[in-house]
Amino acid sequence: MKTIAIIGAGPAGIEAASILAAKEETEILLFEKSASTLDNLRDKAFLFPDFSAADDLVEILEAKLNRDNIKLLSGKEVKSVTEQDGGWQLQDAEGTSYTADAVLMTTGYKVFDAHRKEELGYGIYPGVITSIDMEKKIKEGKVLNAVGDTPKKIVFLQCVGSRDEKSGNHYCSKVCCVTAVKQAIELRKLLPEVETYIFYMDLRMWGGGFEEMYRESQEKYGVRYVRGRISEAASTYDGKIQIKSEDTLVGLPLKMSADLLVLMVGMEPSEGTKMLTRQCNCADSYGFATTMNPHLRDNETAQPGLFVAGSCKRPMSLNDTLTDARSAVVKIAEYLR
Amino acid sequence: MSKYFSPFVIPFCIGVVLLFAICIWKYIRWYRGFDRLQRAIIKKNILSWKFLPAIWEIVMESLLHRRIFKRNLVLGYMHASIAFGWFLLIVVGFFEAELGIHGSKPFWVAIFYRFFQHDHNTFASAAIFTQVMDGLLLFVLSGIAIAFVKMIYSRIVGMKKVTKHVIFDRFAKVSLWCIFPFRLLSESVTAAMYHNGGFLTQTIGDILPFANVYVEYICWLLYSLALGVFFVSMPFSRYMHIFTEVFLIFFRRLGVKENEQKSGYTMYELSACSRCGICIDACPLNKQLDIKGVQSVYFLRDIRYKMLKDEIADNCLMCSRCASDCPVQLDLMAIRRQMRDKKELDTKNNYRYLDTVRPFNAMDRVVYFAGCMSHLTPGIPEAMEKIFETVGQKYWYMDKDATICCGRPLMQQGFHTQAADLRRKNTQLIVQSHATLLVTSCPICYQSFTKEYKLPIKVMHHTEYIAELIKSGKLKVNKDASLKVTYHDPCELGRGCGIYQEPRDVLNSVAMLMETPEEREHSLCCGFNLGNTVIELEQQEKIRNAALENLQAGNPDLICTACPMCKKAFTRATDAKVMDVAELVSRSIG
Repeated sequence: MKTIAIIGAGPAGIEAASILAAKEETEILLFEKSASTLDNLRDKAFLFPDFSAADDLVEILEAKLNRDNIKLLSGKEVKSVTEQDGGWQLQDAEGTSYTADAVLMTTGYKVFDAHRKEELGYGIYPGVITSIDMEKKIKEGKVLNAVGDTPKKIVFLQCVGSRDEKSGNHYCSKVCCVTAVKQAIELRKLLPEVETYIFYMDLRMWGGGFEEMYRESQEKYGVRYVRGRISEAASTYDGKIQIKSEDTLVGLPLKMSADLLVLMVGMEPSEGTKMLTRQCNCADSYGFATTMNPHLRDNETAQPGLFVAGSCKRPMSLNDTLTDARSAVVKIAEYLR
Repeated sequence: MSKYFSPFVIPFCIGVVLLFAICIWKYIRWYRGFDRLQRAIIKKNILSWKFLPAIWEIVMESLLHRRIFKRNLVLGYMHASIAFGWFLLIVVGFFEAELGIHGSKPFWVAIFYRFFQHDHNTFASAAIFTQVMDGLLLFVLSGIAIAFVKMIYSRIVGMKKVTKHVIFDRFAKVSLWCIFPFRLLSESVTAAMYHNGGFLTQTIGDILPFANVYVEYICWLLYSLALGVFFVSMPFSRYMHIFTEVFLIFFRRLGVKENEQKSGYTMYELSACSRCGICIDACPLNKQLDIKGVQSVYFLRDIRYKMLKDEIADNCLMCSRCASDCPVQLDLMAIRRQMRDKKELDTKNNYRYLDTVRPFNAMDRVVYFAGCMSHLTPGIPEAMEKIFETVGQKYWYMDKDATICCGRPLMQQGFHTQAADLRRKNTQLIVQSHATLLVTSCPICYQSFTKEYKLPIKVMHHTEYIAELIKSGKLKVNKDASLKVTYHDPCELGRGCGIYQEPRDVLNSVAMLMETPEEREHSLCCGFNLGNTVIELEQQEKIRNAALENLQAGNPDLICTACPMCKKAFTRATDAKVMDVAELVSRSIG
C-alpha cells in the first residue's frame, strides 16, 4: 500500500489524484485549504481557445474524485512537509500529522494584488476592475459600469504585475494576453455596442488557436489594440476613468476616457506555494518552485519523493497545468515502483 | 633688526609671504566671480546688523567648532584644540613678544620668541605667559595626538569611514602635524640651555641628553621649515578651509546664496570644505550600497581640482542627509545641481503644450496642486478632495487634467532653462487665479513653490494645511488611540523645508504616533527620489529597505508619510500598510 499526499485540489491536484488512484494498492490524500475545490476555475466563465464553459470542466474534474481511494481533505491547510526515514510527514494547521510515501505539491498561484499599482486606481475608482472581476461579470452575464449603466467603452490593460520590474515581477504571466482577447470577444457578444480597447506591450499568442482568436477579434469583433502602457488613471466628473498613455506605434501621448478599465492581473505564487517552497528549499526568487531541470526532470525537486506540478512552478495556462499534472504522475509512479 | 635675524627663519618667512599673497589673489579673483545679484546683496547688507551674527558664528564655528562638538565631543575637541589652540598660541605669543621685547622688531619674533628671548623675567607676568604658552602647546599637541589615533581607529571620534585623501593633502597634513612637535622640541632644547621654559618645555628640556647650539639651531630650522611648507601647501590643499570658512560665513550671513550656475561664491564653498568626511557616514549610498567616491567631500574636491566626472555628479540621491550633518553647512545640493547642467540638450519641442493650458479664475478658492507624483498615487488627491469638501472649502484642482510639472525634477537634473519655463507658466496660472492660498500634496512641489518661485500667495504643504484645520477646529477628526503609526520624514519636506512638526501633530490627533530610531533631520531617504540617475532599481530597493526597517522597528500597524514618492517606494516593498497623512485623516473624518 502506497500513500501519496497531494497538496492543493485545483486542476493539477485533481488530475494527478485521479490517475494515480487508478493504480491498485494506492491511497491518495488530497489536501485543500479552502472548503471547496477548484476555486480559481469556478470564477471563470468560458475557457480559451474554444469558449467552452468552465463549469463543464469543473463538473468533469469533480467527477474524477469519486474514488474510494481518494481521500479529499477539504479545509485542511498543510503547514509543514518534512522528510522522515525515506517517507514524508505532513502536518495541517490543527496539528494533525499524516504520513506519505511521496508528496506532490500543486499549490498553485494567486493573482497579483492590483492595489500595489496605485497609479492605476484599483480600489480607489469603482470603474477600475481586474480581469478576475470582469470574468465574474461575464459569468453573471451582466456587465455594468461604475454608475450602473451599460458601458460604452471598455479598456483592457495588459501586464499589470507581470513583466514589471517595479512590482518585482520580471516574468510573463502567459495567460493574460489571450484572456483579454477572449474577454473582449465575449463582451462584444454580450454588448454589441461596446467599444473595446486592449493596451499591450506586445501580444504573446503562443498557444494553439490563440493567433486565430486574436485575428478574429479584430476582423469579426472589432476589438482595437493600442501598443502602450497606461501611466495613470483618474476619475472624471461623470464617474468614468480617464487614462493617460502613449501610443508607441504612433509615438504620441494619448488620453482616453472609458467606462471600465480592466487590469489584466498576472500570476504570483500562492501563499501556500511560497510557504512550502521556502520550507522545502526549492523556492526561486519569487517563491515559485524550482525543479531539477526544465527539460526532463521538470516535476522533481532536489528532494527525492517531493514532486511539483502546475502553476506553483511558474505561470501556466489551464491546459498546460493539466498536462503537467499528468507528467508528474509518470515521475511519481517511477519513484514508487 | 639683525639682532632678531637668523637664517632659519627664512622658510617661515617665505611661507607666510606666499600664503598671504596666494590667498589674497584667490579671494579677490573669486569675489570678482560673484554674479550681480550676489554682489548687490553684499553691498546692501555689509553695513547692516547682519554683520554681528556673522562674527558670532565665525567665532563659534571657525574657532570653537560648535557643530562638530555637537556631533561628537572627541571630534570637536580634536578640531577645536588644533584650530583654537593654534590661534591662541599666535595671539598670546604676539602679546608675549610685545611685552617681552620693546621697540620695533620683525614679525617672526613672536613665532620664534624663545629663541630670541632667553630671559623669561623681562616683564612682570612673563613667567605666567611662559606657562600659558606651554599649556596652549599641550592643548594643540593633544589634538594632534587624537588626529593621529583617528587615522588608525576612526571610531574614537565617532566616525565609521574617513575621507581617503589625495597625496597632496596627506603631504600637507604631515607638515601640519610636524609643526607642533618640532616647536616643542625646539623650545625644550632652548629651555635646556637657557632655562626659559615652562612646565612642559623645561621638564622635557631637563631630561634631554643633547642640548647645544647646533642641535638647537637644527630644531628651530625644522620648526620653521614645517611652518613654511605647510603655509605654501595650504592654499592648494584642504587646509584652505581655515581662512575660507571665515569669508564664507560672512558672505552667507549677509545673505549671499548659491544660484543655478557656478559662481565665485561656489569657489568659496568649495575651498571651505575641510574634507572632514562627516558626510560619508551620513550618505545612504555609502551606508547601504558601499558606493565610494561620490559623497559630497569627494564631489567638492573633484570640482576644485577640475577632475569631476559626470557620473559622480549624477550619482547622488539629493536627499540632503549629508548637508544636514555638514559642519560647514555648505549648500551641497545647490552645487550638485550646478554640476549637472545640461543646457546643451535641445528639449524645446517638449514644452509646446504649455501654451495650451488656460488660466482659471479661482477667486475665493484654494488652489490645490497635487503634483505629478500624486497622480501616480490617486489615493492622496482623493483624500484631499474629501477634506476640502468636509470643511466646505471651495478649491481649484489646478493640475487635475493639464498637469504642468513644478519644474524641480528638471532642475535636479540640471535642466535649468526648461524648469524656468515651467515655473513661468505655473506662476502665471497661479497669479491669474486670484487665489490667496496654494496647497500642494507633494514635498517636491512644495520646496519648489516656496524656494524657487516668487509667488504672491501663501503656499502650504497639505500636512500644514490639515494641521491648521484641525487646530482651528474646522476639521473634526476621530482619534484611534489603538492605531500605532510611525512617520517617515520625506527628504524634501523635512530636511528640505524644515517641516517636521505639522505632520506629527496631525498624526497625533488621529492615531498613536510612535518614534523611530532615525527621524527628523536624520530620517533615511526612501531611495526612490528623483535625484539619482545612476543607481539601479535593486540598489534603490536596498536603500528603501533600510528606511523601512527603521520605520518598522517598533512594529507599527501603519506607516505614514507625506510624500507620494516615498509612499510608492514603500508600498512596492511590503505587505505592511502604508498611507499618506492625508489619507489617514480622510478616514478619520466623522
